[in-house]
Order: sequence, then C-alpha cells, then structure tokens
Amino acid sequence: MFRFFLGRLAVLIPTFIGVSIIAFSFIRLLPGDPVALLSGERVMSPERHAEISHQLGYDRPIVIQYLDYLWGILHGDFGTSITTKSPVLDQFLDLFPATLELSLCAILFAILLGIPAGVFAAIKRGSIFDQMIMGTALIGFSMPIFWWGLLLIILFSGILGWTPVSGRISLMFFFPSVTGFMLIDSLLSGQEGAFKSAVSHLILPTIVLGTIPLAVIARQTRSAMLEVLSEDYVRTARAKGLSAFRVVGMHALRNAMIPVVTTIGLQVGVMLAGAILTESIFSWPGIGKWMVDSVFKRDYPVIQGGLLIIAGIIMLVNLLVDLLYGLINPRIRH
Amino acid sequence: MFKKTTFAAALLAATVMSGMASAKTFVYCSEASPEGFDPGLYTGGNTFDATAHPIFNRLLEFKKGTTEVEPGLAESYEVSDDGLQYTFKLRPGVKFHTTEYFTPTRDLNADDVIFSYERQWKADNPWNKYVEGGSWEYFAGMGFPDLLQSIEKVDDLTVKFTLKRKEAPFLANVAMPFASIVSKEYADKLQADGKMNQMNQLPVGTGPFTFVGYQQDAVIRYKKNAEYWGEAPKIDDLVFAITTDASVRYQKLKANECQLIPYPNAADVAAIKADPNLKVSEQEGLNVAYLAYNTLTPPFDKVEVRKALNQAINKQAIVDSVFQGAATVAKNPIPPTMWSYNDAVEDDKYDPEAAKAALEAAGVKDLQMKIWAMPVARPYMLNARRAAELIQSDFEKVGVKVEIVSMDWGEYLEKSSAKDRDGAVILGWTGDNGDPDNFLDTLLGCDAVGGNNRAQWCNQEFDDLVTKAKEASDQAERTKLYEEAQVVFKREAPWATLDHSLAIVPMRKNVEGFVQSPLGDFTFATVDIVE
Repeated sequence: MFRFFLGRLAVLIPTFIGVSIIAFSFIRLLPGDPVALLSGERVMSPERHAEISHQLGYDRPIVIQYLDYLWGILHGDFGTSITTKSPVLDQFLDLFPATLELSLCAILFAILLGIPAGVFAAIKRGSIFDQMIMGTALIGFSMPIFWWGLLLIILFSGILGWTPVSGRISLMFFFPSVTGFMLIDSLLSGQEGAFKSAVSHLILPTIVLGTIPLAVIARQTRSAMLEVLSEDYVRTARAKGLSAFRVVGMHALRNAMIPVVTTIGLQVGVMLAGAILTESIFSWPGIGKWMVDSVFKRDYPVIQGGLLIIAGIIMLVNLLVDLLYGLINPRIRH
Repeated sequence: MFKKTTFAAALLAATVMSGMASAKTFVYCSEASPEGFDPGLYTGGNTFDATAHPIFNRLLEFKKGTTEVEPGLAESYEVSDDGLQYTFKLRPGVKFHTTEYFTPTRDLNADDVIFSYERQWKADNPWNKYVEGGSWEYFAGMGFPDLLQSIEKVDDLTVKFTLKRKEAPFLANVAMPFASIVSKEYADKLQADGKMNQMNQLPVGTGPFTFVGYQQDAVIRYKKNAEYWGEAPKIDDLVFAITTDASVRYQKLKANECQLIPYPNAADVAAIKADPNLKVSEQEGLNVAYLAYNTLTPPFDKVEVRKALNQAINKQAIVDSVFQGAATVAKNPIPPTMWSYNDAVEDDKYDPEAAKAALEAAGVKDLQMKIWAMPVARPYMLNARRAAELIQSDFEKVGVKVEIVSMDWGEYLEKSSAKDRDGAVILGWTGDNGDPDNFLDTLLGCDAVGGNNRAQWCNQEFDDLVTKAKEASDQAERTKLYEEAQVVFKREAPWATLDHSLAIVPMRKNVEGFVQSPLGDFTFATVDIVE
C-alpha cells in the first residue's frame, strides 16, 4: 500500500510543474495587458506604462519571470495581486473556506440523494420511477447553472420568501472568523439564530452547485448497479435466500461503488468550475468569484497562483480517490 | 496582524451592536469589492464609494449633488494673482478617527496634507512604494507630477501649493478621491511598527464614517463618526453587502436585505418603479458615449464624410433599444449637466437620403468599414454590440458596409488608441471632476492623440480654445471658450456623439436624504431610514 502511495505521489510532481508552466504561459497568451487595465478608459502614457511594467517585473524575459515565480512558490510566496496589492496566498486562504464549505455541502447533497436515487432506479428498472428519476437527472445535468440559480432565487426568495437571496449569513450577525466555515463560526459565536441563518443561506447555493453532480452520480450509480445486479454472484446470493436488502446493500452496492467513487472524485473538478458561477450568483465570497474577477482584470499573479493551488487540490483529491479505490478493491493495488 | 486587528474590531462592533438594539443600520448592495482602502492607489468608482467617500475628506469637496467645489478640510483658500499659488486655510479641530487599531493624539494639521500629496508625488518618500506594485494612477493621470512645483507648510493650519503653470481645473482636482487626506501620525506609527501595509487595509480618515471591518468579497462595515466635523450621519451603522449580479441586487432590494442598490438592469427598471415598496432616483449622468472615427485614415480624414455618416445614424433608436429610454441623445461631447454646455449647437439631423447624397458628393463609393464594439457594459453604453448592430444597419441604408469587431476589454482599450487603427470605435467617458477640461482636453486635445483621443483628431483651433480655457481662472471666460470649442467640434465631427445615460438608483421607499451625485458616487452621510 505504501509503495502504491509513493508511486502515485511521484507522478504528482511533474504534473504540478506542468500545471505551473501552463498556468504561467497561457494567461500570458491571452490578449490584454494588466498594466493598461489599471487605468481603465484613461490611457496611460508610454513612459508610465514602462515604469509600472518594470516595477512589476514584466519587462524581463519570460523564462526569468517564470523561474522567479517558481522560486517564490518553493518558498511559499505566490506573489501579490496586481489589483488589490495583497498577497495571493493570504487572499486564497481567506476565501477558500467559503468555497470548501459550499462544495462539501453540495457534494454531500449530491451523494445523499444521488446514490439512493440511482440504486432505486436500478432496482425498479424500466418502471415509471426509473424513468422519472433518470428524466429529472437529465434535466438537472443540462440546466445552465446561472439560469437555475436565478430561477430558484426568484421562486424561493422573491415570491415565497423562504430563503435569503444571497450572502453567507444575515448582516445582523457579526462575529470574528475563527475557522472560516460559517456553520462552525456561527455556532462558536454563541449568537442566537446565527447558525440557523447560516444554514438558510446555504440551502439554495448547495442545491444549485449540487445539481449537476447529483445527476451524474445518480446516473452512474444506476448503470453500475444494473451491471452488478446481473452478475453471477448476485444471482447466487439471491439463490441462497438472502434478503433483498442484504443482496443489494452488501453484495451489489459495494461492488457498484467503485466507478461511483471515481465519478465523485471527478466531480470535485466539476464542482470548482460550477462554484465559479454559483458564487457569482449568490454573492458567495469564495475563490470561484475571485478567479473570475481576476481573469477580467488580467491579474496574472492571482490567476496563476489560484490555478496552481486549485490544481494541487484536485490532484490531491484524485490521489485520495485512488487510495480509496485501493481500499474498496484490493486487486487494484497490484 | 491584519487578522488580529479586524478580529478585535469585530468583537468591539459585535458588542456595540448587541448593546444598541435600536441602532439604525443602512445596507447598500455595492456592485464590486473594493480593491483596497487607500484611495490614492486605485481608480475604480466602487473603491472610492467604499473608501474616499465614507472614510476620508479632501481639502475641498464637491457640493452634494453638483460638480461645484465647496470648502472641505480647508475652510477657505486664496489664489495668487498670477494663478500659480493656492493657499489653503485648514479647518481647526478636525479629528481623525479613533479606532481599535489607532488613537490619534492630535488634530488634523498641515503635515497631514503635505504627507497625503508627497507620498504620491515624491519617489523618495518612504510611502511612495509601500505596497508591492502599487502606483498612484489618478495622481499621475491628472497630471499632478508635472503640475506641482512645491507644497509648503506656512503654519500649522496653512498650506501653500505652488504650480508650474496656470491650471484652472486644479481646484476641482483637489476635490477628487485620490486627493483624500490621510493621517501622518497614523502613517508614522505604522512605519515605526513595520506594518506599512496596514495603511491599505485598516484606514484612518476624518470622514463621516469610521471603518469597522472588511470580510473579503462579502461585507464592509462602518459606524458613524460621532466626532465628525460636518453634519453627523443620521444612521448608526453603514454596511456594504457586495453583490455583483444586477438581478440578485434587485431581489435583495425587494426582500429588504438592502435599502439601496446601484446599476439596476435596464429591463428591471419598469418593475422597480411599479413596486409600492420601492422608489428610484434619476439623474443625467456625467458621461458621454461616442463613435470615434479615425480622422487620420481616409476617407474619414474628410470632414464631409464624417458629417454624412453622422447624419445616417438614428441615435434615438439606440437610446430606445439599448437604454429603453434611460438616456438622452447626445449632440455635444460634454453632458448637459456640465457647466458651459452649449445648448445652441444643433445636432446633425437623422437623414439617410441626405447622408447618401453627401457621401456621393464626397466621392465615396462602396465604402467598407469596421465598427469596434466594446465587450463590456459601462454606464454610458450598456450594450455596445447592440448599438453597433443598429449603426451597421443605418450605414447599410446609405450604402456603407460595416463589419463589427470586438475583443477583450484590455486589448480593446489599448488597440483603440493606436494611430493607425482601422475603423470607428464605440467608447465613452465618465467625468472625473465635473470640469469641462476633463472631457474636451482629455478626450479631444492634440496631446491626447495616440492616447485618450480615439478620433486621433488634432484641430489647432479647437486645441487653442481648450488650452486657453484651462489657463483662464475666470469661470465666465472659460465658459465662453468652451462653448466656442463645442461649435468647432460639431463643425469638424471627429465623433458621432451617441448618448448621455441616465443614472437610476433604486431604493426602499423609506430611504430619505440620498443625494445622487452627477459624478456617479454613492455617498451615505445624509441618508436616513424613516419608519
């Protein structure tokens, strides 16, 4: 197991360097000049432009800039944002808990609903339930996130008034950020109603962000279950007279889980992409919104730093999935 | 360090807030996060709304709802006969904010004023580069480095500015956000503590509101400055809830999660007006949108061609379609709310037949051209693509084929400045300080060719008038010169002037005392919520 882990880890290092090169060079291939954007419609004089480019080090050869950047990263320095002038890593650490909290809730929502729905659809294959579940999943998968979010806001916040429109917690509550996770911080604050407010603010964004993963997980679970249910050992288990619950729950589901776990792991990437839109709609102060803003401003340090950290996280999650895989199915380790 | 102090500030505010159940809290759903809290470093209007206006003051201030200047931290000022020396008398007894992170020991004095300017001006000032990659864009953009000769302390409450040349807009420039006065005492303390960065995170000013805390991309909190030198704010707490999407802002306003919002969707305005719980404030914005021909390339170097094309554009259709009426057709390069606006100027009449004939007379046949459409919405042009399509169909009616081009915003700004640019550019401008010079010279002066002058138009007659007006200190004389300049502009037609947009500010019905600024600022010192 340990060698398996080391092997996987060794692959990560070149991947990480590759990502850093891509993040660094691609953003510079985009047209648009971050220095010129600093002054908006007001055109900067060429001398001033040169001066600021020099200050930011953009007048040096690109290879030197890259090596300098890499050197910084090795020392934990991800650079300073051009627009806000504050360190990229600090900003990331401030914002990431919000994204993580939302993503965890969304993936939990997707798993808790998606797996039972998929299993149920597989058992009742061809029934009206199966068709309804799969039909809903298809709609969920094809829904444009932005439109879906606004629709929910207009219905639940605007017309019914059940949930707040946006933000992480009611502005009435104001307490220091200890962990960055609003659910935990609101409990720690001891203020009455704070936790409830945090939960109510999470509902709509969780549904919106969780919709696509939910659909994917439900479909994947269904097809994996169908495959497994027709296996010989399942027939044997049934023939032995085991209860339907034991057959499905113990024998079939465990084996069907392997592709589902992979799917869930892959959803982490999808999730971060979805977070970009979800956070923008719900004014959720996370890294998705932060990255989008920085792309528009051509804030090189933020984009490349953000990409690199996010890529690192996705790689780690995939590593974990691989390890989990090994636990579920010991044959993979060899 | 920053974390610790905001933590303490948050604790304090939480205690204060829980102790004052009846405190009046006003929530503004702002459109974007502030870039930082030192207004000198930035150019974004939303950053100024969050910093310069609530937290700071200037020597002179714009009178509420106008572009006229009035005394601010300076009680009075004198201009020398040669127009080169400005002596400001400071208001005595002005207190800087007392916060969790700083307690001032003295009142505002001349040192603060000199420090506020010199840190932006002098490269050897230790504060000139106190944030990595920081630059004083507005200070440079308004030409201060070349304008200032010296700033001297006459006594504790008197400061003398000496300019290198006569410049009438100087007084308006002094009232701009970048010229906010910061505390030298605070700066000295931060420098001694080795925490200079904090200047941009935990601000200390003299303004109507004291900074309490900022949660990145989410919320900014302020409380009333009880020691404010001017009229004290009527609300106790001011909160900016950062909400980037316009539809979501509208929903939050409806749910009373905020009391006032900027920049509604044009499509939502009718519903907002119909809502019994909401109302809107409307004012013509200090802006203009234009289509700038490249007057250096044929056939647009001929005034007859430009005039003919201007006649072919149905501007009213653009106002109706793009703004759904929330704009007016522009005939001058400056908006009607600005002093010296020449209402006697007559616009080119929309007349496709005459345009066609004029093009033929000018010997232009089978003309093909490009029109550049901005990729972003700005207050003066909500949908440049749509406007470009309308102009395209107008031009086709007079036999001119149009290709619409667009590109990334940064690239657009950069490439549209090039002297050899191919095509006419849709762009616009929002005034910085209410001075006509800020439009006429900045956008159309000979010095701005290859830069802000997107028409690449250098007309000696126009340039002489504008330069003369800049140096004259008598407002009546300046008005006359600018009026003449507008006549020359219309005759020479370097642009097709498209529109001046209306700024619409929706708010809850129980909000009172909000004064809309022609400069587009959102300020809340006079706002109140009535029950």
